[in-house]
Amino acid sequence: MAGNTETIPTDVLWGGGQSPFSVTYGKMMMWFFLVSDALTFGGLLTAYGFARATSEDAWPIGEQVFRALPGLEGQYPLIYVALMTFILIVSSVTMVLAVEAGHRNDKAGVLKWLGATIVGGFFFLGSQAWEWSHFIHGAGGGFQLAKEVTITADNGEGFTLAEGELIFMDHHFGHLAEPWSEGDANTVLTQEDGHITLTQYGEHEHSAQLHSLTVNKYVENESHVSGDEAVKLWNARSEVFAFGANLEDSEYAVQQTYANFFFFITGFHGFHVFSGVIINIIIFLMALNGVFERRGHYEMVEKTGLYWHFVDLVWVFVFTFFYLI
Amino acid sequence: MERDDLIVNDSYAMAAHHSEEAGAAIRKKIWFVTALLTLITAVEVGMGVIFKRSETFTWTAIKWTFIVMTLVKAGYIVLVFMHLGDERRNLKRAVIAPYVLFICYLLFIAITEGFGHLNSFNTLH
Repeated sequence: MAGNTETIPTDVLWGGGQSPFSVTYGKMMMWFFLVSDALTFGGLLTAYGFARATSEDAWPIGEQVFRALPGLEGQYPLIYVALMTFILIVSSVTMVLAVEAGHRNDKAGVLKWLGATIVGGFFFLGSQAWEWSHFIHGAGGGFQLAKEVTITADNGEGFTLAEGELIFMDHHFGHLAEPWSEGDANTVLTQEDGHITLTQYGEHEHSAQLHSLTVNKYVENESHVSGDEAVKLWNARSEVFAFGANLEDSEYAVQQTYANFFFFITGFHGFHVFSGVIINIIIFLMALNGVFERRGHYEMVEKTGLYWHFVDLVWVFVFTFFYLI
Repeated sequence: MERDDLIVNDSYAMAAHHSEEAGAAIRKKIWFVTALLTLITAVEVGMGVIFKRSETFTWTAIKWTFIVMTLVKAGYIVLVFMHLGDERRNLKRAVIAPYVLFICYLLFIAITEGFGHLNSFNTLH
């Protein structure tokens, strides 16, 4: 005891019997769970960066892969992802307002803001479902070249494309090329005077002409190729076609890693959002039944709030490292 | 050194109830952070759309700007929305220190091995 003569008031000195961090066991464990979960996401994003840095093929870039909006033609790079980010930020704000209302024992306030958070969560999940659907269906598909071809793009730029390079079809042509590439006898290819037409027979007859192809669609400097040059590319096609993305093939890159990371990272995050919405609903019902009012405090809202903010926090990093950079 | 267990700021302890005035002050801070996060996101999207990746130096600078803006956003979410900033210092450190340590280690390994891969790729081709 030598040298320590400081007197500490016993009402603030920690002497056992309560948490030294002045938080409950549940809240502290929620924080430690979030640290471990954050390490998982940190590991995933680091693995993504590693795969991208060491990839020997071109890597797709966010603003050229994610540039569609539901129900609209044209290109809106990153706007949809920005909208999803905004929805998640707003739902995080409503959550923090619910926590704030809980600290004033304001039951009506908790219900109002927690309800808004649940709605925001469903909006985000719906947006993600659309984005996945769009990613899986793709924007026309593409084929790989069977041999080296030299062509001139519409903007006058010359390209020498190596064997295995991906060439992209426009939406309508790609739509018909998909059954044709799978050997569907109802879809027939005709070629005359430099025009290539795919016709699908059946209950309704559809046909689409090859107007233009795109090179480097998902990487920088995408260029359109039309007319005889497009026919030259089409005739150099291999049997390898890719439409949209699944677990084995993707039109976005020659290598499959990009699509796999998209599915895993956004899927794992989406699963967190989903479980967060379920937990929020449970807490909403408990608050509605007056459980926390009887308990005398709304700490459960605070703990679920921590989880919900964490989901927003992860998305901030996914947005930067998967979509922006 | 200031003793953490002597700092009585237990505004988020279980039994802590906030007054109406305290609530109003907290809400004001929440709306400020909301505006800030929205603004940063809008700037990020704008930069992502406008800047092209062809010029290597500029793109490197932009990438670092994105990373710094992301860390600023993350800081506001953790310190204000998750109010870690209002918790005791020991809890703050118990949460942040292990995470930063492990992520720095992971990044170090990934970057070292990534350059190793690049070097052997360059040697082979």
